[in-house]
Amino acid sequence: MLITHPLLGLRDAQEFTYLGDARLIDRPAPSAPDAEAAFCDYVFLRDNPAGVHRELWYHEHGDRSWLVVTRDTVTHEVLGAELARNVALARTRCSK
Amino acid sequence: MTRLAGGLIDRSQTLNFTFDGQRYHGHAGDTLASALLANGVRLMGRSFKYHRPRGVLSAGSEEPNALVELRTGARREPNTRATTVELFDGLEARSQNRWPSLGFDALAVNDLLSPFFTAGFYYKTFMWPKAFWEKLYEPVIRRAAGLGRLSMQADPDVYDKGFLHCDLLVIGGGAAGLAAALTAARSGARVILADEDFRLGGRLLSETRTLDGAQASDWISALEAEFESLPNIRVMRRTTVFGVYDHGIYGAVESVSDHLPEVSGRVRQTLWRITAKRAVLAAGATERPIAFADNDRPGIMLAGAMRAYANRWAACPSETVAVFTNNDDGHHTARDLAAKGVQIAAVIDARPEAKARGDYRLIAGGMVTGSRGRLGLKSIEVQANGRSESIECGALGVSGGWNPNVHLFSHHRGRPVWNEPLQAFLPGEDGPVGLIPAGAAAGHFSTADALRSGARAAQRAMDELGIAASLPDLPRAEEADYTVAPVFHVPGKKRAWVDFQNDVTVKDIKLAHAENMRPVEHLKRYTTLGMATDQGKTSNVTGLAVMAELTGRSIPKIGTTIFRPPYTPVTLSVLGGGDTGRHFRPRRLTPTHHWAEAQGAVFVEVGQWMRAQYFPRPGETHWRHSVDREARAVRGAVGLCDVTTLGKIDVQGADAGEFLNRLYCNMMATLKVGRVRYGLMLREDGFAYDDGTCARLAEDHCVVTTTTANAGLVYRNMEFARQCLWPELDVQLISTTDAWAQIAVAGPKSRALLARIVDRFDLSNEAFPFMACTELTVCDGLRARLFRISFSGELAYEIAVPARYGHALIERLMELGADLGATPYGTEALGVLRIEKGHAAGPELNGQATALMVGLGSMVSQKKDSVGAVMSRREGLAGDRRRLVGLRPVDPAGNVVSGSHLFAEGAPRKFDTDQGWTTSACYSPHVGSMIGLGFLENGDERLGEVIVAANPLEGESSRLRVVPAHFVDPEGARLRE
Amino acid sequence: MKFSGFRVFAEALKGHTGWRPLWRNPDPKPSYDYLIVGGGGHGLATAYYLAKTFGRSRIAVLEKGWLGSGNVGRNTTIIRSNYLLAGNEPFYEFSMKLWEGLEQELNFNAMVSQRGIINLFHTDAQRDAFRRRGNAMMLAGAGARLLGREELRAMVPFLNYDNARFPIKGGLMQARAGTARHDGVAWGYARGADSHGVDLIQNCEVTGFRLDRGKVRGVETSRGYIAADKVGVAVAGSSSRVMAMAGMRLPIESHVLQAFVTEGLKPTIPGVITFGAGHFYISQSDKGGLVFGGDIDGYNSYAQRGNLPVVEDVVEGGMALMPMIGRARLLRMWGGVVDMSMDGSPIIDRTQIEGLYLNGGWCYGGFKATPASGYAFAHLLATGASHETARAYRIERFARGHVVDERGAGAQPNLH
Repeated sequence: MLITHPLLGLRDAQEFTYLGDARLIDRPAPSAPDAEAAFCDYVFLRDNPAGVHRELWYHEHGDRSWLVVTRDTVTHEVLGAELARNVALARTRCSK
Repeated sequence: MTRLAGGLIDRSQTLNFTFDGQRYHGHAGDTLASALLANGVRLMGRSFKYHRPRGVLSAGSEEPNALVELRTGARREPNTRATTVELFDGLEARSQNRWPSLGFDALAVNDLLSPFFTAGFYYKTFMWPKAFWEKLYEPVIRRAAGLGRLSMQADPDVYDKGFLHCDLLVIGGGAAGLAAALTAARSGARVILADEDFRLGGRLLSETRTLDGAQASDWISALEAEFESLPNIRVMRRTTVFGVYDHGIYGAVESVSDHLPEVSGRVRQTLWRITAKRAVLAAGATERPIAFADNDRPGIMLAGAMRAYANRWAACPSETVAVFTNNDDGHHTARDLAAKGVQIAAVIDARPEAKARGDYRLIAGGMVTGSRGRLGLKSIEVQANGRSESIECGALGVSGGWNPNVHLFSHHRGRPVWNEPLQAFLPGEDGPVGLIPAGAAAGHFSTADALRSGARAAQRAMDELGIAASLPDLPRAEEADYTVAPVFHVPGKKRAWVDFQNDVTVKDIKLAHAENMRPVEHLKRYTTLGMATDQGKTSNVTGLAVMAELTGRSIPKIGTTIFRPPYTPVTLSVLGGGDTGRHFRPRRLTPTHHWAEAQGAVFVEVGQWMRAQYFPRPGETHWRHSVDREARAVRGAVGLCDVTTLGKIDVQGADAGEFLNRLYCNMMATLKVGRVRYGLMLREDGFAYDDGTCARLAEDHCVVTTTTANAGLVYRNMEFARQCLWPELDVQLISTTDAWAQIAVAGPKSRALLARIVDRFDLSNEAFPFMACTELTVCDGLRARLFRISFSGELAYEIAVPARYGHALIERLMELGADLGATPYGTEALGVLRIEKGHAAGPELNGQATALMVGLGSMVSQKKDSVGAVMSRREGLAGDRRRLVGLRPVDPAGNVVSGSHLFAEGAPRKFDTDQGWTTSACYSPHVGSMIGLGFLENGDERLGEVIVAANPLEGESSRLRVVPAHFVDPEGARLRE
Repeated sequence: MKFSGFRVFAEALKGHTGWRPLWRNPDPKPSYDYLIVGGGGHGLATAYYLAKTFGRSRIAVLEKGWLGSGNVGRNTTIIRSNYLLAGNEPFYEFSMKLWEGLEQELNFNAMVSQRGIINLFHTDAQRDAFRRRGNAMMLAGAGARLLGREELRAMVPFLNYDNARFPIKGGLMQARAGTARHDGVAWGYARGADSHGVDLIQNCEVTGFRLDRGKVRGVETSRGYIAADKVGVAVAGSSSRVMAMAGMRLPIESHVLQAFVTEGLKPTIPGVITFGAGHFYISQSDKGGLVFGGDIDGYNSYAQRGNLPVVEDVVEGGMALMPMIGRARLLRMWGGVVDMSMDGSPIIDRTQIEGLYLNGGWCYGGFKATPASGYAFAHLLATGASHETARAYRIERFARGHVVDERGAGAQPNLH
């Protein structure tokens, strides 16, 4: 597989380590009253779609950036990739 | 039979070879199969199940019958297709799966028993008596099964791997592939042309048809010369593209020196990973046989193969041959062979309207209904127009039509589509992205069509890449129509083979049908149809057709199986032979490795690292002697241990403290500059996973250590936290594990030793107390970091210097510490010291333990959030009552064995009563007996109790007393001295 | 029809004209008491035990493709009960006992072959962990042996003892482990279920659940609506997809696991061998092919195919462990989609929807569990209570913190 790194261009997927669903960026608020339930959902439950999936890949043997890669889990087609940090920052701004 | 005239063999080069010990000779350009045929050898193998005598069926990689063991000794290569072995001088081959000889095979008795050995018979029997399966039936079956033998020796040859990139990969060097490569190469695109054969040309090499009125080989030679002159095309002969992977990555194996007598010193094969923007699948087509009674005798072969042997290799299995066909192609064989002087006994064409294409006897509307000849064909039975006759012939060419080689096209699970006029499956629309079929692989069977489709496929590919490519002038070529009748098998009562190697006959398919094993995958799995080493290349479609006929449904309704990689079998050595033996994984050496080696250290693998395990001294005859001595040296004087392998992460930035506060379960933000704190990290699911120290060198600079095993994981998780969870924090990370050599200096005399190397630095307890840290210089100006931390429970330090000075540092410390008793110690003594001190390590922090279990529950701060804090409060974790305890044998001479399970005295040994296990154990020179650590149910409340550690695995059990989990200096006074 | 050597003999004499279909091809009825979604090993075994052992009737199995087309038909056929944790080991040992009587139970030779499994260890720490595991196996009555290096060498002399990156120090052996003919298992259960009146309905894809006030009423299928009192889903690999139709999210990711087989060879490897320092395990089939595999590819996938780097990694492991296989040829590689759960252990449980039950999350190890999984799921469907060996497989374990995590890898499926 090849992954389109937003800074480095096409890179072999072997350079990366896979984590999973990009929702892992959305860590729940630890002080919320239902925090334990929210964390259970966050840690354990997944949509696991057959189709387009936003997922986290870590460029471990490269520039060490975490990417959010959009990939089809049926065809393995990579539809895009962005820096996870930017995704996370955008989310933080939205929530403010 | 002697050689025919002509052919593409070099008669000036005679090559000697042996088959089953018999000497023969052939010529350069021969395959083993063609040379054997030219020497009059028709019998080349035995079938898998019935051990039927078999000759060569094909002239290519689809061969199911002529499998041999090639070469000798450790280079013995079982199941090698004689049809793809390029003949070399001195070649040695032997037949396989027969005993005692190919001509007389005792297991041919299976053939007589074949009425019992029908498809799937083994599912219905061998069940009684129950114990006989493993003891009798299965061993007999296993011995009879299998094909060739492995040498059982390591492969002595050398293999290589490489990466290639191109705009266009052309798979197959026949008419279509050559036209495609030419089109793309002339456009300037980067092209790779790969073909499994040792000569370019594909099927063109086996035909007498002309290109522009001349021999095809002339055109091929001209093309080869042009390719040679172009810098942008790489021609790869003897290279099989075996699989299509994601995003235009193709796996290919180049056979570099398999065709040479002497392999030694050269790479035998190379695995290429080819990344191609586009690819043209010009893999050609494979002829299929027609199933009729006893259609498997040596001498019965595919008509196209017979023609190839005659035209390309000037070989023919017999002086008199017949042809059985359901399409026009069979007639080409008769015509070409007749032209070579071979006598054509008859051409039997299943089509009543068939017309002769030459001067031979045609039996139109005829069927071959049987054959004779035990070890080689003698005659065939033919039925036509209600009459039957016997026709003598030593060989029969059979053509049941051609199947496009769509294999690679379905490697991404694309379904081929049935084409009624061609009676074959063609590539559909759902193939791998960027792979364009062309030529016979796409159903373009005439030479002219193949050339045109190849050129157009390349042009399309270039167009998609934005490269202008014009169609080259293609040579004039044959435009013959191809018509085929849907005749797949000849009805009859005797066995008619569909899958030759696995001995699957029409009868077996009928049985599968009767037993409702009708879906194509059931058919395949129940009968083993298409599961032999040829992966059904010559049998699948015929099998489907027979099942379709039986069910009264069309072939496409029956469905098709999906082809899996590899296209042809791939040697394991080339897939995995590059990094084996000691090179299987990288070996990381510590900065003091060579020093330790010179001291005679024994090393141990710790993940990728090699660490000194202990340093034996003369006179020490058992590892325990060395380890006890090393541990005593630390407790009594001073020991030195390389701890570089622990992960080291530099954390810098204004928010470094806050960031680490969120990663460690204990409070870290309050850590003062110049101080170190032990830290425990949890996974987000609340379990403990790593521990280490955090040293604050400056307000905005911390140095974190991790365990050796988790160095990579912790760093990855920290980057995740930094980039994905809290990107707003001002913090930067870098792993410095390899940048700093770190040496533990431990023992009551450690301060005295270090005082001899520090540059004007006050090491007194007041100035530099327990858990202090600093940056300083040592040995007259060498940059260093000093941490007063202790794993052993003694007064101890860890000193870090730039990695390249590690070797020098340990030498200096040993030299300056000689009078203090400075002693290097390895991982064994390190383990003893930490067990004596009750520190949790890998066996305790195994990913299944909570902070509570390892006695660090109070570390999980309730005042702040950190990774895993919320989930650690779940009932299952918070309520887990197992606790880490120390264990001592009641009998001081008794043993403590890690991995034993703990029980209350007198309790039965069952899961329900299982109360824990011993995690670590060692002999403690300090205590003077074995000691251990373990997790025990309610362990913290059971100090003093005697329990049983059971090790039924090794038939032992011992009584242990539960004690606090520190055996030395429980107050921690020594490390604060 | 009873199968036996005598029957084969008798049929041979009369030209095999007497064989009957192994199972019927019934059309779906409008309603059933029990619907099992998924005609793989687990679904078929569930239907079999539900009918045979628990005496239930009006049962149908709905299969999207052909019977046995899921992971039961694409695994590496290993059976073993060599687990560590109390939540797992008794269950797999129960499965092993069912394997040991399977042929006689089903009157179908699934070629259960107890040729043993050896898990190699390469460090003292690994040996200690295996000792703990071996002792757990002893507690469960599964049997185990800790082999030293020389003992091991006598048994399997062809391993790389002298030139290894990670020296082989010994192995944990379970003599009762081995292999079974995977398709035969599916067919044996299918034939057994059919003979007890279960309707096996192929080419029938479930496209939705009909729910009513928190209770399941039936399923929509490609062959029409089918009503049912209880619906058991056993579609490992596709669990998330199917349960999403009932509005559920699962602690599961779908991953691709590749497997490999070589050309047939004369007997080479006696039992199953797993490499403790690389990602590799191997056995040899009765037909002679070396059957082997390694790690999952590591990314979410429903593609049923993997990529080349994992192929190379697995074969490198194999070559490092047993260099003598080098000149064998890889015949076929394939991929299966596996339900990787968050703790590496399965789920056999009811759901919050009344009448809807789930059996999934088998990771890469569902085949060996087939008999016990079917039995325990049937027990749950029939009695409403978890089978005694499957109580740890409740879905609530994640929320409550009672995970069954053999590897201690945490909630990251691709690490299990």
